[in-house]
Order: sequence, then structure tokens, then C-alpha cells
Amino acid sequence: MDLGLSEEQEMLKRSARDVLQHECPKTLVKQLDESEEGYSPELWRKMAELGWLGLLFPEEYGGSGGSFVDLTVLLEEMGYNILPGPFFSTVILGGLPLLSAGSEEQKEDLLPKVAGGEKILTMALTEPSVSYEASAVKTTAIAANDGYVINGTKLFVPDANVADTILCVARTKEAADPEDGITIFLVDADSPGVEVTLLKTLARDKQCEVIFNNVSVPGENILGDLDRGWPVVQEMLQKATVAKCAEMVGGAQAALEMAVSYAKERVQFNRPIGSFQAIQHYCANMVSDVDGSRFVTYKAAWKVSEGLPAAMDVAVAKAWTSGAYGRVTLTAHQIFGAIGFTMDHDLHLYYRRAKASEMMFGDGAYHRAIVARELGL
Amino acid sequence: MDFRFTVEEEAFREEVREWLKKEIPPRWIELDAGLWEETEESWALSREFQRKLGQKGWLAPAYPREYGGSEMGHIKRLVLSEELNYNRAPISIEVEISVNWAGQALMLFGSEEQKREVLSKVGRGEAIFCLGYSEPNAGSDLASLQTRAVEDGDSWVINGQKIWCSYAHYADYCWLGARTDPDAPKHKGISMFLVDMKTPGITVRPLINVLNRHSFNEVFFDDVRIPRENLVGEENNGWYQLVMALDFERSLIGTAAAHQRFIDELVHYMIEAKGKGERFADDPLIKDELAEIAVQNEVLRMMCYRIAWMYSQNLHPSYESSMSLLFSSELLRRIANVGMRVVGPYGQLDTDSKWSVLKARVMRAYLASLSIGVGGGSNEIQRNIVAMRGLGLPRQ
Ligand SMILES: Cc1cc2nc3c(=O)[nH]c(=O)nc-3n(C[C@H](O)[C@H](O)[C@H](O)COP(=O)(O)OP(=O)(O)OC[C@H]3O[C@@H](n4cnc5c(N)ncnc54)[C@H](O)[C@@H]3O)c2cc1C
Repeated sequence: MDLGLSEEQEMLKRSARDVLQHECPKTLVKQLDESEEGYSPELWRKMAELGWLGLLFPEEYGGSGGSFVDLTVLLEEMGYNILPGPFFSTVILGGLPLLSAGSEEQKEDLLPKVAGGEKILTMALTEPSVSYEASAVKTTAIAANDGYVINGTKLFVPDANVADTILCVARTKEAADPEDGITIFLVDADSPGVEVTLLKTLARDKQCEVIFNNVSVPGENILGDLDRGWPVVQEMLQKATVAKCAEMVGGAQAALEMAVSYAKERVQFNRPIGSFQAIQHYCANMVSDVDGSRFVTYKAAWKVSEGLPAAMDVAVAKAWTSGAYGRVTLTAHQIFGAIGFTMDHDLHLYYRRAKASEMMFGDGAYHRAIVARELGL
Repeated sequence: MDFRFTVEEEAFREEVREWLKKEIPPRWIELDAGLWEETEESWALSREFQRKLGQKGWLAPAYPREYGGSEMGHIKRLVLSEELNYNRAPISIEVEISVNWAGQALMLFGSEEQKREVLSKVGRGEAIFCLGYSEPNAGSDLASLQTRAVEDGDSWVINGQKIWCSYAHYADYCWLGARTDPDAPKHKGISMFLVDMKTPGITVRPLINVLNRHSFNEVFFDDVRIPRENLVGEENNGWYQLVMALDFERSLIGTAAAHQRFIDELVHYMIEAKGKGERFADDPLIKDELAEIAVQNEVLRMMCYRIAWMYSQNLHPSYESSMSLLFSSELLRRIANVGMRVVGPYGQLDTDSKWSVLKARVMRAYLASLSIGVGGGSNEIQRNIVAMRGLGLPRQ
């Protein structure tokens, strides 16, 4: 057994910490949160140069062939510092399905561009029912001429406002089994009929409504097999869920550190507030939440990375980490008192994201239900 | 024992309801400014409404008539507060600050002239207060405040900085705590002052809260000269006055009604969703969570009723108020989180989206509820009070 990171992973972690601290200070985070685009093209180029965008891709597609655990390490740092922008959408929501189901042409065409920072991707999956089940896919793609015509409304699509290519999950066939008859299409975001509206959200992340109004796509833009898209989506979702947990662990770590150092500094009643038992117990609760979350998350990431069955571990990680991030950021706010209730402070950036991340890919209750199912209940 | 309201009190509730139906401006409902979300427009509307309430003697119902009150008993005051809160009338913390916290303290400790001049305006909705307590280094440890007041001829000269002063940018008066004897032990060298906010030397600087609104401020006192008679009560007896005022501050009696409105809306949302055949509306887990907050709110309601009842018996609630504030703040945070479970990812959407639900109240409460376990004394301090003042546990 080895619960530690490898030397390269430690290096990746340190360099990510360093780069993000310098290149993505909280002033920039706030500026991006308030902007329409929500990312910095300059930083995006830098991430391409550092090999982050291609971390997961094999070398032949311009990547560096890293493992899923490597990506988890990087994502934890992105959550720690907060890195606004379409990294998650591009690499996880778009990149992973391309990698696993794309044709040689598609991969050769797109992956090097993604790795090089020239293309931003996202997946349009959820609809107004905001369910991650196959039965919730109501958007249709109907064969016409030698292509397809897509119609439907997708909601809470991250980063569609800046995406070049949208992986649209659509129903191509009505079948008894809702998982049958789903197809993934690579849709150029500029195609006529694609309407993207940015939603103003709690976390000020860039989630969008995407309406497909008679959007024509050529047949060769199908990703993977016709009617057999759902397993690809599912596989991606499992990884995305762990990836989201990694971000949350990083964010919780940051909130914990902020609160602990403030508890040491802030003096009331002639002593640091961290000397009050009430505050000490809070800090103890926070660190158990953070450490616990990190272990279950890395265990799930390792299983995914090794290609082992991971349904239970992924659900455990998301069920626990969702709650933990919320508790940690709320407790941190409690420790900061009034100063944390200001827009100028950084803590609310984490508190807002804690809720958004909790709801993304299913909340605690959703994943506890999966755990129950895995337990045979 | 009798948990009922009298027939007269129930009739009064009806009267208030009817009046509110007519008097709450539609534009106010449209703006829907919640806790700490005032804008210039919503502020103007609420001040106008408060003057109307003042004319009816309902703004400061327990005040003597000469100060604009109606000498209403505390149980009727409870009924009134419940209706104002449940119906989201255009009154917020500024009324509490002015009428019930600073105002009540002034009623107890102020001179006849002070009361005549200031309280009658407060009671009629013509003046509001801000609280000058906290300083950058005096939060929970309020008694360590350093703002100085020095006697000079027939004036007091004030120097120092206050922080987090809600509505100081609108306030007519500041109810200010300042140090008058720096050599005395910290609790024994504080005095309370009535300060006209228009006095030269006062600078108010905005602080923006996490709802991205301007509700609180830094207030700087730079050689601010106020008349000698604006000292309230006895010199160096300010801590006692402050503690009393803080007890008043924690004695909110309408919070359960405010929470109830929110819970009712969530329940209604579920019922509507069920009508539309949405699956989550049958989720027993969500129902359980909703039921739990409904249960907790019944508990809170009794805590509020106890406070009102104690007042009606001429008792002074102290740890009882801390208990209810603590319970209420934790409950609101819980309601916000349960609310997110009910509305799901839609809860993240701000008001201006076509997809937003319940006017984005869930997300706004998620943010605003951070403040209520802090302002008025943090939850930790409230627990200390309940333990020490309420249960007599040792301080050291
Ligand atoms: C929205 C809002 C409006 C406000 N409006 C006003 C206003 O109008 N006027 C005004 O004067 N002030 C106002 N305040 C300030 C408020 O009274 C203070 O925030 C509060 O007293 C806490 O002080 P602090 O923020 O400095 O936190 P600190 O006192 O620094 O506390 C930090 C943390 O340490 C904990 N702590 C401190 N002492 C102890 C202890 N002995 N035991 C255990 N834990 C402890 C606290 O509970 C908290 O968790 C407002 C605050 C907010 C958030």
C-alpha cells in the first residue's frame, strides 16, 4: 500500500500551486467571476504550455499521457486556488468522451487543438429536468439528408458561452430502454440555430442555457456509435464526479487553512480566538472533513485510474465531499465573523462554489442512494 | 396555562392583515428586497411605509403615546410583528435598531429632553438610528472598544473608528459607545452617547456585503464635537446600557413568522411540482427534511412567544433571547440548504434569469444567513451567554 503521491505528482502539485498563486490571484478570480467570458485567454495559453490541457491525452495527440490520478492532483490545486474557466468542461466533459469514443479522425483533429489551447469544449447533457439519468434526455436528433437535425433545450451547461465545440447528447431513437437510442454529436457552437444564454448563478460560474433550434449536423459528427452514446456519457460522468470531488477537496483545504490562520491571528478578549475551545473544536471538525474527503476522493480516483469497478467509491466520495465542503466553508465563515460577510473577502468565493459543486453531478442524497443500491438495498 | 390568543388579539391580527393588504406597495413586492438587500429605491419605499405605520402607532407599538406609540401590550406587539414579518412588510432591521434596540435603551436611560426630541421622531418613523458598537479590534470583545470621548467645556469630543454600522449611510442618529475613562477596567470606562449623524467630522464609508449590496459601513469620528447633554445616562455606566440594549437586540419575536413564510413557499413549491407530476416531489427524503425544518420552526415560535410573554409579565429576557437568536440563525441556514434540496440546481439562479424560481430567495438566503450567526453577537457568544448567564456555569 502507498497512500502518498509519486515524486512527479508532488512536483505537479507544487508547480500548479505556484503557477496559480502567481498567475491567478484572487483579484483576477473576482474579475473573471464578474466578467461574461469567465476565463483569461492569457492564462489559458499558459496552461497549454504547461501541458495541463493535454495532461490526460496520449503523446500522439499532443498530450503527455498522464494518469487520472495526475489529473486529480491538478484539479485539487485548481480548487484550492480557484481557477475560473473552462478547464473542467474542456478536458473532462469534452476531452474524456472524445478520447474514449472518438474516431481516429476526430481525435487527430480535436485533441491536439485542445491540448494546444486552441479549442474549448463542453458537453450539453442536462435539460430542464436537471437529471443525470438517461431517461431525462429529451433533446432529439432526427436523420435528414446525410446528417441530423437537433432540437431541444439544455440547461446548466457549463462554459457553453465560450465553447467552440459542444458535445450534444441527444435522443436518436425511442426505445423501451431509455439508455438505448442516445447519441453524442459534436456540434460547432457557431452553427445556425445554436442559442447560448449565460445564466447568472450563485457561484458566478458560467453555466448556460443552450437551445438547439433545428441545428443541422453532418453524420460524421457523431461521436462513437449511433444510439450507443449513453455508456460513453456514463463513463465520463463517473470520472467527472471524482474530478469535481478533487476540486472540492482543494477548496475545502483552502477554506480550512484560511480559517485556521485567522484563528491564530485574530485577538479578542486578549487572546487569539483559536485558543477558545469552541473555535478549536470547529477547526478539528473542519480538518477531519477535509482529510476524510481527500482520502475517499483519491481512493475513487485511483480505482478509476486503474480501470477497476468504482461505482461505490465514486458515490462515497461525492456523498461525503459534497457535505464536507459545505460544512467547512460555513464553519470558516463562522470563524471569520463579520469580515467574511464582505464582498472584498475571499471566503465567499469558496462558500458559493461549495453549493454549486454539491449540486453538480448529483448531490449527497443522490449519491447516498447509489451507495444504498450498491449495498444491495 | 393558555396558549391561545384572545378574541381581541385575533381580531387585531385580522385588522393588521387587512391593512397590510392595502398598504404594502406593489412595487415593494416586485423589488422583493430581502435582508441586507436594500437599494435606494426599496429604501425610499420602506421609509414611506414606516411613516404610515408610525401614524397608526404601529411602528413602535409599545411606546407611550407621546412618542408616537400606542402603549400596546406585548402580546399584541407579538401579533403585529408576526404579521409584518409573515407578509414581508417594508420594514427591516433598521426599524428594529431604531425602535427596539437603541430606542428602548434610550427609553430606559435617556433624559426627558432626549426622549422628547429623539424618541418621538423614532416612534413616528421620522428618524432612524445606527449602532456604533463594533470596532476593528472590538467585535465579540465589545468592552475593549477604543473610540474616545473627551469632555471639553460644554461638549464631548469624539475620536475613533467604528465598523459594520448597518445603515449608517441613512441614519439620523448614532447610538454610540465610547471610552470615557481609559484608566478604569474595560467595562467601567464606557459611556453611551446620542450623536447626530450630521455633526461635522463624521465620515461614513461603505462596505459591500456578500449579497453585493451596501448595507453596512465604516464610520470615522474625527474631532466630532457633540453637546454635553448628549451623554446618555451616567458617565462610565455605558457597559450596563450596552448589555441591556444587546438583550433587546436579541429579543426578536417575529423571526419564526418570517421563517414560516419561507417554509410555506417551499412546501407550496413541492405541492405544485407534485401536481405537475415531477418525481422529486414524492421524494420521502426531501419531505423529511422539510418536515424537520417545520418542526424546528414550531420550536422557535415558542421561543419567540416566551420572550413576548416575559415582557408582558415585566420580566427581562436575557439568555432566553440569546437562545432564540441562536436557534433562529441556525434554522435559517438550514432552511436555505433544505430549500436548495427542494429547488435543486435552479436554486443557483439569480433573480434576473427566466429560469429562476421563488425569486431566487433560496440562494439569497444561503448568502444572507451567513450574517445572522454573527451580527448581534456570534453564535459562539450566544452559547457562552446561555451557558454562563442562563445556567450559571463558571467563566473560568
Ligand atoms: C450583517 C452584519 C451587520 C452588523 N451590523 C452592525 C451594526 O450595525 N453595528 C455594530 O456595531 N456592529 C454590527 N455588526 C458587527 C457584529 O456585532 C460583530 O460582527 C460581532 O460582534 C462579531 O464580531 P467580529 O465580526 O469582529 O468577530 P470576532 O469577534 O473577531 O469573532 C471571530 C470568531 O471568534 C469567535 N469568538 C470570539 N470570542 C469568542 C469566545 N469568547 N468564545 C468562543 N468564540 C469566540 C466568534 O464567535 C467568531 O466565530 C454587524 C455584523 C454583520 C455581519
